[in-house]
Amino acid sequence: MQKFTKISGIAAPMPLVNIDTDMIIPKQFLKTIKRSGLGVNLFDEMRYDDDRNEIPDFVLNKPQYRDAQILVTGENFGCGSSREHAPWAIADFGITCVIAPSFADIFYSNCFKNGILPIALPQEQVDVLMNDAEKGSNARIEVDLEAQTITSSDGQVFTFEVDSFKKHCLMNGLDDIGLSLEKVAAIDGFEAKASAERPWV
Amino acid sequence: MSPKTLYDKIWDAHVAHEAEDGTCLLYIDRHLVHEVTSPQAFEGLRMAGRTVRAPDKTIAVPDHNVPTTPGRDDPKNMTEDSAIQVAALDTNAKEFGIHYYPVSDVRQGIVHIVGPEQGWTLPGMTVVCGDSHTATHGAFGALAHGIGTSEVEHVLATQTLIQKKSKNMKVEITGKLAPGVTAKDITLSVIGATGTAGGTGYVIEYCGDAIRDLSMEGRMTVCNMAIEGGARAGIIAPDEKTYEYCKGRPHAPKGAAWEAAVAWWKTLYTDEDAHFDKVVTLKGEDIAPVVTWGTSPEDVLPITASVPSADSFTGGKVGAAQRSLEYMDLTPGTPLTDIEIDTVFIGSCTNGRIEDLRAAAAILKGKKKKDGLRAMVVPGSGLVRAQAEEEGLAQIFIDAGFEWRLAGCSMCLAMNPDQLAPGERCAATSNRNFEGRQGRGGRTHLMSPAMAAAAAITGKLTDVREMM
Repeated sequence: MQKFTKISGIAAPMPLVNIDTDMIIPKQFLKTIKRSGLGVNLFDEMRYDDDRNEIPDFVLNKPQYRDAQILVTGENFGCGSSREHAPWAIADFGITCVIAPSFADIFYSNCFKNGILPIALPQEQVDVLMNDAEKGSNARIEVDLEAQTITSSDGQVFTFEVDSFKKHCLMNGLDDIGLSLEKVAAIDGFEAKASAERPWV
Repeated sequence: MSPKTLYDKIWDAHVAHEAEDGTCLLYIDRHLVHEVTSPQAFEGLRMAGRTVRAPDKTIAVPDHNVPTTPGRDDPKNMTEDSAIQVAALDTNAKEFGIHYYPVSDVRQGIVHIVGPEQGWTLPGMTVVCGDSHTATHGAFGALAHGIGTSEVEHVLATQTLIQKKSKNMKVEITGKLAPGVTAKDITLSVIGATGTAGGTGYVIEYCGDAIRDLSMEGRMTVCNMAIEGGARAGIIAPDEKTYEYCKGRPHAPKGAAWEAAVAWWKTLYTDEDAHFDKVVTLKGEDIAPVVTWGTSPEDVLPITASVPSADSFTGGKVGAAQRSLEYMDLTPGTPLTDIEIDTVFIGSCTNGRIEDLRAAAAILKGKKKKDGLRAMVVPGSGLVRAQAEEEGLAQIFIDAGFEWRLAGCSMCLAMNPDQLAPGERCAATSNRNFEGRQGRGGRTHLMSPAMAAAAAITGKLTDVREMM
């Protein structure tokens, strides 16, 4: 997995609440058997018209946001389906950090498996960063995972919470299956005990 | 010992390893797999030279993009990309030796309908699937939730999931439901009250007399949409109805094992005075038949209400409501019962079970759908379909002018050819009314099967109570 340590980049503003995973990557792109190549279809129905032309007004089609590495958005981002195609598409586009007042559970977990750092901040702080993001390439936002800080373009520093295990995996690009398999003795032990207690399982 | 919730008890019975920071390896009793979110996970196993740790606890069925029309077991009748995904599941099931119900098997259907039907889902289990509606299985008093593809791979390889414990939330529905009000109206009304993020970070336990009175099918409908309320899972404590449903199912325990299982299941309830971090109470009597008007499942109103205006909301919801009204092409103030529809879809893991088809057929019996309206019933499994045919329900639907389809997810997420055209408006018994969910530009109103049947007859959103 791609490591995430520190970035300084342009942030794209999407001030909408309840952006769901169907919006992030519509179902017709779930028929792939690969993880790669979905970036071009990120936010597909908002991004292209019926003839597959780019809709100029959509934020990621604007010249100043084409290289955005950060997305600043509204509450409950990533609600809906469990499709990991959503973070795959976000990462494939080049966005590695999403900042919102809140995230849907499954999407939040999925991000950490794909080198993306989702950051939940109070609405007032998101508003400050949203204003920053509106400035396009004139404003760069810095995100430091080690220090757990975000620095706005005018130097305001916000701290954020992140689970220590998730942080460790993300900073080191660790494959968590490998880590869990190191605990195979515990799993074996549990399985033996559980199958004695609940043999019908 | 301090009092525990049902969720606490199931959680405690499944912790295989706990790190100092509280990160746990939670043991998984049943892993359900479908064709869309699993190919990358199996490929990951192969690339790392890993195997499926517990193939006996892993059950696969294609459902998301299979066609629901005859001849579908011939790959030539599927789109190329769908056929590739289904073929990949065939190959992976065979190669890794997991249980499998191919499209040609009468037991095939939507994974969340097949699991309970075959007795794979039992009280007190942990159940996961690469699908958010895994919450459905919570109806049995199982801790069940959706996971991403990386987690699918993790469960395949280790039979565990890395988890931290969620908070406990109690949703109590007191009293009795009025006639015409169903499990779907309960679950939508709860989301209407709490919002789509109201359950984020929580596992919901649904309780109260109105929940106890529901059949297992109804309880599955309620838990199914826990995810639309943002919750990781929804659970209902098992009782006699649960045992009765499970008894005799192909993979349920038998004989002495059954007795031992029931003895344990009877300990699965929330202790008196157990702590809940959040409590929501609704009166069963206050719940009306509801429909959604917007593009979020929280956009719920009683069928007797009118389309709201965006400025009746606050914060970020003002803009969202404005966007929804435009997308749905609705004018504030319009009575919901004036909204004309083009299509009716009855099916999905929310409402594709036998009881749902009975409820819809009871309204449709001896009646016809409105001329020009497209209407389809997609049973949740081949066995539901067979039972509906045996009970004469299929004939009622056919006589009413509905298409009688084969089992699958179908128009709920429109990955197969069952889709809405741009601008087409649908009365749907499914679970999501997101923009484009049922097809690009399609407009979805969520409701119960009885309400969808009523809408099919009049061609408008309709209060089913007027037809009872």
